[in-house]
This record gives sequence, C-alpha cells and structure tokens, in this order.
Amino acid sequence: MIKRLRGGEKQHREGMAYLESLPRNVVTVYIPLAIIVFILLFPFYWMGITSFKTNEELYGYRGLSALWIHNPTLEHIRHLLFETEYPRWLWNTMFVTVTSTFLSIFCAVCAAYAIERLRYKGSRTVGMLIFLAYLVPPSILFIPLSVMVFQLGIFDSNWALILTYPTILIPFCTWLLMGYFRSIPYELEECALIDGATRLQILIKIVLPLSVPGLISAGIFAFTLSWNEFIYALTFISSAENKTVPVGAVTELITFDVYNWGGLMAGAMLGSLPVAILYSFFVEHYVSSMTGAVKE
Amino acid sequence: MASVPREQVSYDTSRRIRLFSNRNFLGFLFMVPAGLILLVFLTYPLGLGIWLGLTDVKVGRPGIFVGLENYEWLFRDHIFWLSVFNTMLYTVVASIVKFAIGLWLAMLLNRHLPFKAFLRAIVLMPFIVPTVLSALAFWWIYDSQDSVISWVLIEMGLIEETIDFLGQPNSARASVIAANIWRGIPFVAITLLAGLQTISPSLYEAAIIDGANEWQRFRSITYPLLTPIIAVVMTFSVLFTFTDFQLIWVMTRGGPINATHLMATLSYQRAIIGGALGEGAAIATAMIPFLLAAILFSYFGLQRRKWQQGGRDD
Repeated sequence: MIKRLRGGEKQHREGMAYLESLPRNVVTVYIPLAIIVFILLFPFYWMGITSFKTNEELYGYRGLSALWIHNPTLEHIRHLLFETEYPRWLWNTMFVTVTSTFLSIFCAVCAAYAIERLRYKGSRTVGMLIFLAYLVPPSILFIPLSVMVFQLGIFDSNWALILTYPTILIPFCTWLLMGYFRSIPYELEECALIDGATRLQILIKIVLPLSVPGLISAGIFAFTLSWNEFIYALTFISSAENKTVPVGAVTELITFDVYNWGGLMAGAMLGSLPVAILYSFFVEHYVSSMTGAVKE
Repeated sequence: MASVPREQVSYDTSRRIRLFSNRNFLGFLFMVPAGLILLVFLTYPLGLGIWLGLTDVKVGRPGIFVGLENYEWLFRDHIFWLSVFNTMLYTVVASIVKFAIGLWLAMLLNRHLPFKAFLRAIVLMPFIVPTVLSALAFWWIYDSQDSVISWVLIEMGLIEETIDFLGQPNSARASVIAANIWRGIPFVAITLLAGLQTISPSLYEAAIIDGANEWQRFRSITYPLLTPIIAVVMTFSVLFTFTDFQLIWVMTRGGPINATHLMATLSYQRAIIGGALGEGAAIATAMIPFLLAAILFSYFGLQRRKWQQGGRDD
C-alpha cells in the first residue's frame, strides 16, 4: 500500500513529463546539460591530467593528443611532497581550518540558541545584524585587519587566521542553526525546564542531539569556506612555512622564469582533494546548508 | 543562631537561580563568544577602515588625519576610475550570464533525469574546490603558449596561431569574466533548483491543460514563484562578484596595463604591496556605497516584481 502510494507520488512529481518525446528531450535537455556539465568539469580534468604528465609532454605536445596522458609520471607529486614545503602548508591549512570551524560552531550554537530560544530583549535585531555581518565582504576588511593583526602581535602566525576566519563563518553558521533550532518543538524544552534542567543542560542534552544534521551542515560549510579562504591568509602570513595551501600554491610554487605547470597543477589538485572528499561524503548536508541559508 | 548564615546562603542561591533563569541575562551570556569575535574583528575593523581612509598611514608609520585628501587624489586618478569601470563591467556581465545559465541549468536538473542526485553533486564541484586552485587551472588553460583551448581550435583548423588570452586588455577581461561565471554557476543553479522543487507540478499540469506553451508556463508560473529566491541568490551573487579578489589576483594581478584591476585588487596592490594603507583603505571604503547600491538594486529590483504581478506587497 505504502509502496503504491509512493509510486503515485513519484508519478505526480514527474508531472506531465511523459508527454515529451525522447528525440525532443535529447535536443532540449540532454545535449545542453552535457555541454554545461562538460564545461563545469573540464578544468578539473585538465588539472588532473596535467599533474601526471611529463614536462616533455606538457610543452611539446604538438603531434600528440593534449587531452590524454601518454607517459604518466608521479614526478610532480613527488617533488611537491618531498622537495617543497607543501606538506607543511597542508598541515597549516588543516589546523587553521579545523580550529576556526570548531570555534565558530561553538560561538554560533550559543548565539543561535540565545536568539532563537531565549528570545532576550532585542534578539530579533541581533539576528538581523548577524545576517548583515554575513554581507560584509573580506575584501573591505583586510586592510584594517592587517593593521590590527600587526598591533596584536599575531602577524605571520596561525592565530591571525584562526581569529579572523570566524568573522566569515559565525554569521553564516548562526543563521543556519537558527533555522534548525526553530524546528525543534518548544514542548520538549518546557518539559525539561519543569523537570529542573538548566538552560545549558537543555542545550547540550536536548537541542544539540536533535540538530545534528544542522551541525554537520554548518560544520562542512564552515570547513570549506575556511579551507578556501585566500585574501586574509595572503595578507596576514608572510613566511613560507606558515602559509596555507591556496596562498603557498600561488606565491611559492609559481616560479616566473620557468613555468612549472605540472607541479602547479599537482599542488592545485592535492589542495582540492580534502574538500572534494569531505564533500562527496556529505553532499546532502552541503546542499541543504547552502539552500537553507538562502531560503530563510 | 545558625539560621542567619543559612538564610544568607539560600538568599544568595535563589538570587543566582533567579539571575540564571532571567532570559535577558542568559541571552547576554550566550551571546558573549560570538558577539566578542564579531565586534572585535568585524565591526571595529569596518570603522577602522573608514578612519584609515581619512589618514595617510603607511606600512610601519602611523599616519595623521588628512581629511578627504585620499579621495580627492583618487578622484583624479584614472587607474582608480578604470578599476571602477572594470568592477562594474565584471559584476554586471558575470551576474547576468551566471543568472541566465544558472536558471537554465536549474530547470534542466529539475526534470526527471537518470542519475539526478549524482549530476547535482558534480555540478557543485566548481563551488567547493578552492577558488584560488581552480583559478590556477584556468591560468594554465589560458596560457599564451600551451593553452588547451588554442590547441583544440588549431587542431580543428579554426585558427592559425595560439590565442594570447590574458595578454590583451579585452580578451583578458573576457577570460576572467568567463572564469568567474564558471565559478558562480553552481551556486545559482543549485539554490534556484531548491526553489524550483518547491513549486507544485500540479500548477504546470493545470497550465498545460489550459493550453499554455513552455514560455507562458515559465513566465506565469516559474518566474513569479521563484522571484523571492532569485532576489536573494542574485544579491549574494552580485555581492561576491563585486568584491572578488582571488580570481583576478591569481590570473592577471590586474594586468595587462590595469585592464582587469578590480577595486579589491587595486586596494590590495596600493595598500599591501605599495604600502599606502590609507589610500588602499580609501579605495576599499569607496566600495561600500557601490556595494549598498548593488545590493539594494538586486534586492528591491526583483522584489518589486512581486506586487507588479499581483502578489503580496511585503
């Protein structure tokens, strides 16, 4: 019975698609879709095959097909991992990203709970202000922040990034978690309050376990945002061993006399892998966090 | 005798309990971590940036208040105006194309397709991979000697010589805009797809029965119902395109002859590389009015459509 209902629902969702013929669909749907998807994915393909090509093949491919690897080599990746500071940058990026993500989630959970559930005086206004904070772009903040970072004595250290990344992450995470907390019934909290639980206990034992999907979404999104961050890391970090992957790849791997495309693409590929892998495990959470924040 | 301190204790405890069950006090307490970080590292620098724009501070040298001197100087600086023009061009062209292709892709993905979830997942790839790293890939794709686009076109016999994508002002502009569009399509498409999925198919069925063609269905059902989400998505899209820094900095650093300098890259170059923090801050501050105008335009411009079409006026 349920199965049949589901079937009906599915048919309903498809609407009147059955009225469209296959040849028509090929021209209006499949071909445009294939072209767009090809364009969206081609740079990754090109990045990937470049990092396995030998230098001879990269610069003298007249006669050979450029779109395929003829003599695959791991030389670029070996060079990257053992003869540059790339592993160090990976570690820096990982450390900064994980720390600032956890810091932001902690702040965002407290703030979202207070705004959404404690409903203190002025909580609506604060909620709006936090949304506005999300609209402040890093490109107008990096100059004053660089002055501050210098005065605080954290210039060229991981802390400069760990403390500034949350300004990008907290507004987003708070906004997202507010939506999740709103969906938890008040009755649960009232019962717990009557049973003598404190607000902190309610938050930890009732609200947080019920909003695990929201926490994962916010966490994944914050992780990607801070992994991808560039302008703060470029401005606040000067020594090669403290750089993050995006900054290191752009400033240290580019040698202007000889263009080392193989090494550069290997660096770009390895730097993209962690977020790509994480993303592949949590696609649904990712999509829901992206669309959820916009829909609110 | 012992009852006095006990009363004292219970008085203290009850006051503490009362305090901790006061939602205003608790709310304040819960807001402290987020509030502290946002006030110190977001609100304060926002004000500090505006102040720095009014001084002649340089790297390693405290500045003095110079009033609007930086702005007067910028007003006569043709490179600044060129960067304003580039930013406008970049934002307008990239946003319109991103919206058009994004909406098209969303509508394609909203159909009944095999491997729909998988397609949606891979479409988002350009959005999650670090922009700087994909910009490096684009830099290589646009290489003046060994560009794969040139290679394919030569193999097909369409051109004779390699194209110098990033070497000429106009082709450089077109190239960076294309890269930005590539980066932005997934966000627009996936969020609009989420909006499309909330539209009930029965509306389309009714329209088909009434004899509406595809364009009429789009014009009278999809577009009006999607308008609120379009407004939000385009506001974000315009905002992020306007303040873009990464793509330009990796691919052209503002060149050739400043043809791709955006306001953000120009302010970085003047402030951090050139050391003129005050002037850089003035350029960054000059972005704020443009930014507000762009946000208001895309937000209210699209919201207005709602009541024009007989929707609620809110």
